[in-house]
Amino acid sequence: MSHGVSIGQPVKLEAAWKRFFSPSNRYLSPLLISCVLLVGQLSYGILESYTRTLLAIATSLVAELILSRIYMGKWPNVASAYITGISVGILVRSPAFWPYALCALISITSKYVLRVHDRHIWNPSNFGIVAMFVLASGTVAGLSIQWGNFVWPMIVIWTLGSAIIWRLRRFHISATYVVSFLAFALLRSWITGDPWWSEISPITGPMYQLFIFFMITDPKTTVRSKTGQCVTVFVVAAVEMVLRLHQAVYAPFYALFLVGPAAMLLEMWMDARRARLLVAHA
Amino acid sequence: MKASLTARVVLAILFVGMLATPLAIRQVSARQEEAQAKLDEGQAIARYGFHLQEVSQPAGVNFVHQAPTLDAKLEGIMPEVASMGASVSIVDFDRDGWPDLYVTNSAIGSQNHLYRNMHDGTFQDVAAQMGLADVNQAGTGVSMGAVWGDYDNDGYEDLFLIKWGKPELFHNDHGRGFTRVSEAAGLPPWINANSAVWFDYDGDGLLDLFVGGYYSEKLDLWHLHTTRMMPESFEYAKNGGRKFLFHNLGNGRFEEVSEKAGIKSNRWALAASAADLRGTGYPDLFIANDYGVSELFLNEGGHFREAGEATGVGFAPKSGMNVAYGDILNQGKYAIYVSNISQEGVLIQGNNLWVPQEGSSLKYENLARDMGVELGGWSFGAQFGDLNNDGFLDLYLTNGYISLSRSKSYWYDFSRVAGGNSKIIADAADWPAFDGRSLSGYQQKKVWINDGAGKFVDVAQAVGATDIYDGRSVALADLWNRGVLDVVVANQRGPLLIYKNTVNPQNGWVEFSLQGSRSNRSAIGAQVTLYWNGQQQIQHVSGGSGFAAQNDRRLHFGLGKNPQIEKAVIRWPSGKVQTVDNLVPGKLYNVREAE
Repeated sequence: MSHGVSIGQPVKLEAAWKRFFSPSNRYLSPLLISCVLLVGQLSYGILESYTRTLLAIATSLVAELILSRIYMGKWPNVASAYITGISVGILVRSPAFWPYALCALISITSKYVLRVHDRHIWNPSNFGIVAMFVLASGTVAGLSIQWGNFVWPMIVIWTLGSAIIWRLRRFHISATYVVSFLAFALLRSWITGDPWWSEISPITGPMYQLFIFFMITDPKTTVRSKTGQCVTVFVVAAVEMVLRLHQAVYAPFYALFLVGPAAMLLEMWMDARRARLLVAHA
Repeated sequence: MKASLTARVVLAILFVGMLATPLAIRQVSARQEEAQAKLDEGQAIARYGFHLQEVSQPAGVNFVHQAPTLDAKLEGIMPEVASMGASVSIVDFDRDGWPDLYVTNSAIGSQNHLYRNMHDGTFQDVAAQMGLADVNQAGTGVSMGAVWGDYDNDGYEDLFLIKWGKPELFHNDHGRGFTRVSEAAGLPPWINANSAVWFDYDGDGLLDLFVGGYYSEKLDLWHLHTTRMMPESFEYAKNGGRKFLFHNLGNGRFEEVSEKAGIKSNRWALAASAADLRGTGYPDLFIANDYGVSELFLNEGGHFREAGEATGVGFAPKSGMNVAYGDILNQGKYAIYVSNISQEGVLIQGNNLWVPQEGSSLKYENLARDMGVELGGWSFGAQFGDLNNDGFLDLYLTNGYISLSRSKSYWYDFSRVAGGNSKIIADAADWPAFDGRSLSGYQQKKVWINDGAGKFVDVAQAVGATDIYDGRSVALADLWNRGVLDVVVANQRGPLLIYKNTVNPQNGWVEFSLQGSRSNRSAIGAQVTLYWNGQQQIQHVSGGSGFAAQNDRRLHFGLGKNPQIEKAVIRWPSGKVQTVDNLVPGKLYNVREAE
């Protein structure tokens, strides 16, 4: 999850609250995820511990500062690294400390190593978390069961998240994914014969709330066109369905891991092709 | 990217190193596990100081537990909802000086067994003869566990039978038989419980009884009106059974006083045990809850105050299934072991070893990871005991939830429903059917030996604890009066296992059999602090510990090599402190509370 919101427009004479809730405010997402964390922790104690989450955040920030300074030649805005760190701190579940630091480090470093045409193509925390699920499965699990399981916190987070994502002009991404997920859940239920409620159950949990509001909407690792964004998350939901039919517990993360970079590469290829055609026509 | 090619190559190499780190850690762990190869008896004793041999068949015990079959509405997830009931408790019911075994069964119509110790290495089932066999009749529910305590101070241990159903109290008629006194005692008609503890919470010399409900007591699990009977949350559920505290009135009757005494909770209790954690003279009560945080009820002169969060043990919600106390560092303080669930790649809760921190207020720190007792699979019953008599308490843990298909797992379905909203998780109809799949089945057990310096090492395979049944209940006792702790394990849908212990004879031991006078006759709650070779260890007589288990009331201390015992200081539940001097190793001391 790496929300460095890049749509910036000069806003004049607007009320302070409007400026605050404008898409150009790159601190809106960090604020939202911090609120989610605080509400979850104060009401239900969702974290493995404060110290582990702080470790993930601190590692993420320090890595971003150092790597950006060395490899980009500038001090970065750390909003996106903060979101990466806090996401790792929430989504990684381990009694050990080292997975939090390592996952944050892998997430941030991936932005500087796995680049194509000077763009990083994996969502950093998605990459880091999938790496931990695959490589450290004996020590690490994902957030899959905590957040209270009750309806009111869920409604608050969905409402708040939707409002902010709407302001950030990315609501269509989350909405497309949710609708696709529900449709595929119906299809899975028909295929497996399992209760439909059991198929939609995961999306009512906290893991999906973070996935839907912070991970699939990351501007840096999603394609540019609105249609492309919707198609991409539809394909994510489709791949997730296939993975779920093969009983992959962390199917959404794996699906985004596979589809996200593929969509980015496809967009780059299409951009290059379009540019070549323009040059040829010229 | 403005950095040079060299800088980018360096970063790429570092990145690969980061990705390889978990693999390297895993490799090191795998090598450590490989070192735990099976050893023969001589090698195991030479290396670890003891060896366990499973002897149930030659001992004449061929008990196999039968699981309950609940309402047909739960058919699809029957392996999960009916996954408990195997239990073992140890008692010398006939006061012949030899520990006997009581084992519960859980199918309607099945028989519980009371194995009398025949003093020759064998046991004989006398449950039917004693009136304790046919206790799982239709309409009365089935057995989940048993705890023993002399509630009327007549010198013979009475039996409280924990059930999903009608709780039963049996009076021990001087070891010659048992009389059912449940109604006369004033017990309620129905509790769906898995935990109970005898303890004298108010210090009046009479044993009281705590019973922790699991499923709501409003449910008759064989005649359900609704499928909405599952926990409302995997980690925050408060729709379980209520708690009962039965105050012993001394005339054969009990009064339910839980709310008056400050114990009010509808969490899903799976295990409970009492110990005086602060030296107040009043036993505190620790409850390990499934689907939520643990609760620690501190006893303030007969009134309880819940202090789970304040003491640190009730903050992170897990799936508590065990409570065992042990002075693991020989400091005169109890650590508390709570078992939870760990399944590679899905759910790593980790077991908790709550160690008291230094300081005036009671605060605990979870040192399970640091001390090496964190990961035990789907853990259930565990008990502390000095298995190799080296002077430090070791830890025996059994585990394994549902062993059905070896190739198909229910974990995926379990995780997606468990992570869902309360409306979904709470309804059994929303849970996919098991269809013969396993859920953390066929797991290897853990026998962690304590090096005395803050580390435990698993030697289960090396010393002979090699079964992979779905373990539930563990109890320890010196079954044949040899000065060693043997291990008895009750398995769900599996055999009762008796691991006979052979210990390096160079290690000394001493045992205490306590009898209260002003205190309750069972001496439950009495603490013995033994001082020897410049060290000390505290143990207490427990009215139930582990998971659905009770160890022998006799206290066993391993002493290591060349022991010189200084003294034993006994603090009785009455508050009286008694010092026993001139103790020699290799003896069982019968100590009666001084009048």
